[in-house]
This record gives sequence, structure tokens and C-alpha cells, in this order.
Amino acid sequence: MKLDTIALVETPEGIDLQAELAGLVPRTLAYCIDFFIRMMIMMVLGIIFMFFGKAGTGLWLILIFVMEWWYPVLFEVFKGGQTPGKKSFNIKVINDDLTPVSFGASLIRNLLRTADVLPLFYVFGIISMSSTKHFQRLGDLAAGTLVVYSEPEQHDSSAIKNVAAIAPQLALSEDQQVAFVNFALNKGRMSADRQAEIAEIIRPRLPLNTSNATDYVRGVGKWLLGSKH
Amino acid sequence: MKQLEFEDLYSEFWFDIETLLNNKNKDTHEGLAEFPQNFRRLCQHLAIAKSRRYSASLVTRLNRLVQQGYEKLYTESSRHKGGILEFIIYGFPAALRSNKGFLWAAAAVFVLPFVLMMIAVMLNDQLIYSIMGSGDVRNMESMYDPSLRKLGRERQSDSDIMMFGFYIYNNIGIAFKCFATGLFAGVGSLFVLAFNGLAIGAVSGHLTALGFTETFYPFVIGHGSFELTAIVFSGAAGLKLGFSLLAPGENTRLKALQLSAKDAVKIMYGVFIMLLIAAFIEAFWSSSSTLPNAVKYSAGTALWVLVIYYCFFFARQRVTAYQHATQ
Repeated sequence: MKLDTIALVETPEGIDLQAELAGLVPRTLAYCIDFFIRMMIMMVLGIIFMFFGKAGTGLWLILIFVMEWWYPVLFEVFKGGQTPGKKSFNIKVINDDLTPVSFGASLIRNLLRTADVLPLFYVFGIISMSSTKHFQRLGDLAAGTLVVYSEPEQHDSSAIKNVAAIAPQLALSEDQQVAFVNFALNKGRMSADRQAEIAEIIRPRLPLNTSNATDYVRGVGKWLLGSKH
Repeated sequence: MKQLEFEDLYSEFWFDIETLLNNKNKDTHEGLAEFPQNFRRLCQHLAIAKSRRYSASLVTRLNRLVQQGYEKLYTESSRHKGGILEFIIYGFPAALRSNKGFLWAAAAVFVLPFVLMMIAVMLNDQLIYSIMGSGDVRNMESMYDPSLRKLGRERQSDSDIMMFGFYIYNNIGIAFKCFATGLFAGVGSLFVLAFNGLAIGAVSGHLTALGFTETFYPFVIGHGSFELTAIVFSGAAGLKLGFSLLAPGENTRLKALQLSAKDAVKIMYGVFIMLLIAAFIEAFWSSSSTLPNAVKYSAGTALWVLVIYYCFFFARQRVTAYQHATQ
């Protein structure tokens, strides 16, 4: 199996749409934020409801019910697939054909959360996410939903401002061109040391008088992006 | 064609599409009729831009437009599915009637333990303690003991609201879990159904044996029509999930699961509404001690007839037609 974090969907027009899948860590952290928000709401309103005696207890129980079952559904359906936690990690829920998540699908994935939580601490959900191609928990599988990054990572062109464009001396394949361009745009935001480490790998293929491999690779990327100076 | 020429030629076209897609005003229909055609053209431009290796910024821009256009063109529109009212009138009964097998199975798994446990508890008065602790049994006895009832005194309305909240939180939670755990080959649903059947059967048997019938049955008959049926329905929805994994038929297991979940969730919408009604009746009607038992019995019976009629017999042809139309 090829491991990849990209989900591809071919539209009827023959165009491949792609979405970058979110893995276990951002999803867990987003869940923790949502959990915290829910707790805060229940605490604050709980204190207010305390002044209303038994009726307040009833309202509080309804609130717990809503927070437990409907909080994620309502946010996902009406806020573009994002609960506040997901929003803070720039991830969202979508249908597996990359259209916005539908009400039924959102309800299914959130009802089946019950199955993912079992036997404790989301163990089934974690096993399911780690063993499926698109990192889906059981609820996602049944609902046909994916959790993806909502904005594709913005290209950061600041990294190529200060380097000169360099025409490559070899014919580069498409994949190689993409690699140079991505490196030039500093996709993934690597540290300077790590960049140097990666650039040094192709040192033997670079012209002998190259002093800074990082700048050279970046320069080639800049040239490939269309800049000639 | 060089990239700049290409951009010059089509920039106006892209700009128009961009404006259309970013238009949040839902009332304007300008340009919508030609949208599918324009969208195909846009897709072609993207394909050209990619194959000619035009710059990343152009490809990214076109990609984004295609993505937005795709969402606009292919997102399921809820408008064509009819509103909540149509679902309640036709959709829910249709979902139930197309899953009769699962309903019978779920009903059997709930009713058989119920009846057997009720008889067993009436024959052996110690058996109730195998299900409940002695404190709970005493609590329950005092709740329904006619000699402890202060006749004519209404329960405070604020404790009605408290119980309303409790029934929503507890009962709907149970129904949702009953559905969800059906994912494990139906085992969870079977367990929830059978366990609730045993528990409710035990309570009914115990109170009947004690002779508290005049307080217990008028209390349960009203909301039972919505509550007990809804629990069985949620179990049936869960069994459907589990069964699709055991016997996926022509589909892959994953595809079978997704199809069955899509259908089962329609039952769960109805279950949710039914349990809201049940909670309301249980909190504000069943608990009333001023209503005479005759009223409670006749209203309760009427509700049972109504629920069964609505779910399985009401508007047969129209519901069947709806079933075919939405499949």
C-alpha cells in the first residue's frame, strides 16, 4: 500500500480534485479543544441553572444531551464542517466526494462516535484510523466522510526573494521539478539546518563551485516557477 | 500558447465565474443556467494549464475555482429532499416499512425477555434482585405504592421540567447508543434491547405482583407508546448496520455499511422525535396525579393505536410511492 496523505477524487469532468487528509494528532488536539469548550459551556450554564432549582437541573440535563450529541453535528453542518476545535487546527469534515458534509452523514459519524470510543479512550477509533487509507474512524467509514485540511497550505514565497534564479543544467522530470519548487517555497516550514541537510544530498550533482547548496536548489526552484532573474 | 496570452484570453471568463461563486446572495439566478457548461470549460482550462506546466500560481487559482465550482454543482441540495414535514409524514414511515425484517427481529429481542422476565418475577419474588439492587427496588416500590400517594396533590411543575430533562438525556442517549453499538455485528443493539426488555419486564412483574397496578400502568401506558417502540426502532436500525457487515451482498462491506447507515439514520431521526414526544408525555402527563385513571388509560390506548397506525398502516400507497421515488 502506498502511504499518502492526499485523497484524490476524479470529477465527472475528468479533473482530479485533491484534499490533504488530517491525521491522528491534529484531530485529537481539535477534539481536546472542543471537549474543553463543551466543559466550559456546561460549567458556566450549570452555575446559572443552579439558581433555578429543579427546573434548572432539567435544563442542565438537556444541555448535557445537546453538548454530547448535537454540538459536533450542528457545527459541522452549519459552519462548513468545522467545530471550533477543528477550526483552530484548520481542519474540516467533508463527504468522501469532497463536497460539504451533509446532515445525515454528520449525524451518522457523530452517533457512531459511541462505537469509536469503545472499549476506552477511542481505542477502536484509533485502530481504525491507523489502518485505513484515509485515516477514517469507524464513524467516518460508515458515514463516508473524511477529515481534511480546510485551506491548502499557503505557499510562502518569501523564502525565494533573496536568491537568484538559476537555470538547471539537467533535464528534470516532472516529479523532480515539483520537488525543487516545493523546496523553494519552503513547503512544510523546515528549519535552516534541515534545509541544508536535504540540499546537501544532491551536492555531487551540483556544479563544483557551488558554495551554498540550499540557495542553489532554491534558485533552481525559483527559475522553474518562471522567474528569470 | 504562452501563459500570458492564455491568461489574457480567459481572465474575464475566470473573473465572471469567480464573481458567481463568491456571490452569497441566493436570490440571483443570473448565470446559473450556463454554469454547468462554463464549469466544464473551466475544468478544461485547468487541464491545459497543468499539462503545459503554467506557473503554480495560475494552476492554484484555477484549482481553487474548480474546487468551488465542484461544490456548487455537486453538493446535495436539501431543497429537493422535501422539508421536515414531508419526512415526518412519508419519510419516516417509509424508512420503517422498508426495514420490516429488522423491526421484527428487534421487537422479538425486546419483547421476549420482557414477557418471560415479567412472568418469572411474578412467580418468584426474589428474582427482581438479580436485576436491581435492594435500594433501587425499595425506591421503585415507594414510587408506585398507592398508600403513599397523596391524592389530589400535583407534583411541582419545576420537578416536571427536571424529569423532562432527565428523560431526554437518559432515554435518547440509550437509543443513540443502542443504534451505534449495532456496528459491532449487531451485538450492542441486541444487548441493549434484551437488557432493557429484562429490566422493564422485571419492574412490571414486580409491581404487578405487589398489586400496584392502579398506579403503575396508568403511568406507563401514555408514553410507552412512543418510548418502547422508539427503543425497538433504534435497535432495528443498529441491527441493520451490523447485518450489512455480516451479509454485504453484492457490495463490499464498506459500501454495504455506508448504504445501510444512510437508510438507518432516517429511522434515527424519527426515533429522536418520538423520544422527545415520549419525554414530554412522561414528564407532564403521565406523572400527573389529578388525572383520573380512566382518562390515562383511554388516552394511552389511543396513542398506542395512533403510533402503530402511523408507522405501519397510514397512507400506504403514498408512502410506498415515496419509498420508490426516493430510492
